[in-house]
Amino acid sequence: MTDRPRTQHILASGLVALVGIWVAWLSFTGTPARAFLFPRIISVVFVALALWTFGKALLGKTRVGPGLSVIAVRNILPGIVVLLIYVFWAAPTLGFYTASTIAFFILLSFYDPAPHGEIRTWVKRVLITAGFLAVMYGLFALLLGVFTPREILF
Amino acid sequence: MEFLFYFGDVFTPFNFMLLLIGTIGGLILGATPGLSPTMAVALLIPFTFKLDATQGLILLGAAYTSTVAGGAVSAILLKIPGAPANIATTLDGHTMAKNGQGARALQLSFISSAIGGVFGVLLLIFLTPVLAEWALAFGPSHLFWLAILGVTVIGSLDSSSVVKGLLSGCIGLWLATIGFDDVMGAQRFIFHSSVSGGINIIPALIGLFAIPQVITMFAKGRHQHDAEVLKVEKSPIMDSIREVFRRSRALSIGTLTGSFIGLIPGVGGQIAGLVAYDQARKTSPERKKFGTGHSEGVIAAESANNAMVGPSLVPLLTLSIPGSPTAAVLLGGLLIHGIFPGSDLFENYPDVAWTFINSMLIGQILMCVFGLYVAGLAARVAQVPNAVMAAVVLALAVFGSYSVQTSMGDVYIMAALGTGMYFLERFGFSAAPLVLGLILGPIAEANFVQGAMIANATSSMGTYFFTGVLNLTLIGIVVASIAYSVWMELRQRRYLSKEDTLEQQERTT
Repeated sequence: MTDRPRTQHILASGLVALVGIWVAWLSFTGTPARAFLFPRIISVVFVALALWTFGKALLGKTRVGPGLSVIAVRNILPGIVVLLIYVFWAAPTLGFYTASTIAFFILLSFYDPAPHGEIRTWVKRVLITAGFLAVMYGLFALLLGVFTPREILF
Repeated sequence: MEFLFYFGDVFTPFNFMLLLIGTIGGLILGATPGLSPTMAVALLIPFTFKLDATQGLILLGAAYTSTVAGGAVSAILLKIPGAPANIATTLDGHTMAKNGQGARALQLSFISSAIGGVFGVLLLIFLTPVLAEWALAFGPSHLFWLAILGVTVIGSLDSSSVVKGLLSGCIGLWLATIGFDDVMGAQRFIFHSSVSGGINIIPALIGLFAIPQVITMFAKGRHQHDAEVLKVEKSPIMDSIREVFRRSRALSIGTLTGSFIGLIPGVGGQIAGLVAYDQARKTSPERKKFGTGHSEGVIAAESANNAMVGPSLVPLLTLSIPGSPTAAVLLGGLLIHGIFPGSDLFENYPDVAWTFINSMLIGQILMCVFGLYVAGLAARVAQVPNAVMAAVVLALAVFGSYSVQTSMGDVYIMAALGTGMYFLERFGFSAAPLVLGLILGPIAEANFVQGAMIANATSSMGTYFFTGVLNLTLIGIVVASIAYSVWMELRQRRYLSKEDTLEQQERTT
């Protein structure tokens, strides 16, 4: 095991342990006490297991999980940024179909292995985006009548 | 034989059409690498909102059955298992395809899947009512321990680290307490308005299973499936049917192993396929042929992973304890239709329960028939680039989460839980026990509170929760499953450290 995953394991398990301690603190200070009886029992087990995991990570004894490589972080970061903007801002502001079209096209363009200098591949991306959203709109909005966040355009 | 009365309901035009859609859709979804049966079923739940409970369950049940079988298509033709349950199929199936026997491997896989699957559903039919009747004797303390058992068994068996699995289960149990307390009406852990009504199970399921997969696809960057799709040549189907029955030992080992493993909560199709493959190899006079494109390998693995489907629903329908992560998603589907499975399911909703189970039986046969026809198309779908698949799944996840309660709060919960789960998974935490904690948390708490009230009135908490044959048996199983998993983990660690030492010795010499 290299040093990087060990540090990562310490950070990850440390974070989980902190959440556990926070949950325990809230459970034991929350009122009325009867409402927090079950959370108190869970939080005790939660903290015990989290500290155990943290201790093992500190001693370098945890071998489970590959951790995160620099390449993986570089690859996932743009996708996660698009995901978070799409969910927390675009979908409630622009409406589901508009936001989905934009997010779909950006993700497709960014992660598509096809060359970015050819017009043909861009046309293909536009067609895939339009096709998918048309199917979604036809199926959910028109056929099944399921509600989606709608503001502008749809 | 009550189930026979409800057979006709499966064949009403609309129900049968749903069964067909679920089966064909499931085969295609199953063949797509990266779309696990659990995730496929979770993404399909929004499609059931406009349907009644029976119709919704027919669609979800058909998808569950055929996604497991559909995974064999990409396992055989691409050497990429469509689902973890198909890992063992790649060992001989892909070699057969490389040897120019792709069609035969697919036929063997679908025929043995159907036989295993039918046996599994028959077990579900005959075992479930008996267990449901027995479950009527369960009181609050037993139901509490049963809920804890569900979380600990999945936590310890489904994870690569027992402690991290149990910790995931604890996180799930805690998440289940967010919102208003049922007895006192007190607010608990409400740190944002999105969670004031608690965490809805469907957005949580979609987030926990779909979003980590989407981010994993991002992690692959601009990589496209570069595996070559092997051609499906023609092969006489009767030869394959004869071959499956000629290999009856592998078929029965697969079917029985899969059925037994399916009954154990938390073990799942991956273990069923691998254990059946291993047992078939060990007991075969032709064991040297395994791994070189031997039909017995495909038959054992595929009959096992589909035989597991029916029995994995037994604990769900009788005790409300999902036997597998996909069963947990099905429980979510039942709950949104206002049906709470358990001991009285067959008394209160016999039409829903029996039509659903019967549809799974018919679904197994349809899966076999369509599997043989859709295989070629499904293999093409399996080559959809990661970029397209990630974007499609993300859009469906947002849509599915919103449409449960038409609330953006659910979408935020889905995204937050899903993104967090991706990072936790990188460090050995598992989504399945977390989901089980989330689902079983309310059951555990409600029975704990009820039990505590009874204990206060009659005896002490200790006497009420820790005495009696049933309580002690359940506690015993909880302890035994954790102890067994710890033992297995220690064995594996010892094996790994031996390998490390050998590696170091090799380097120094």
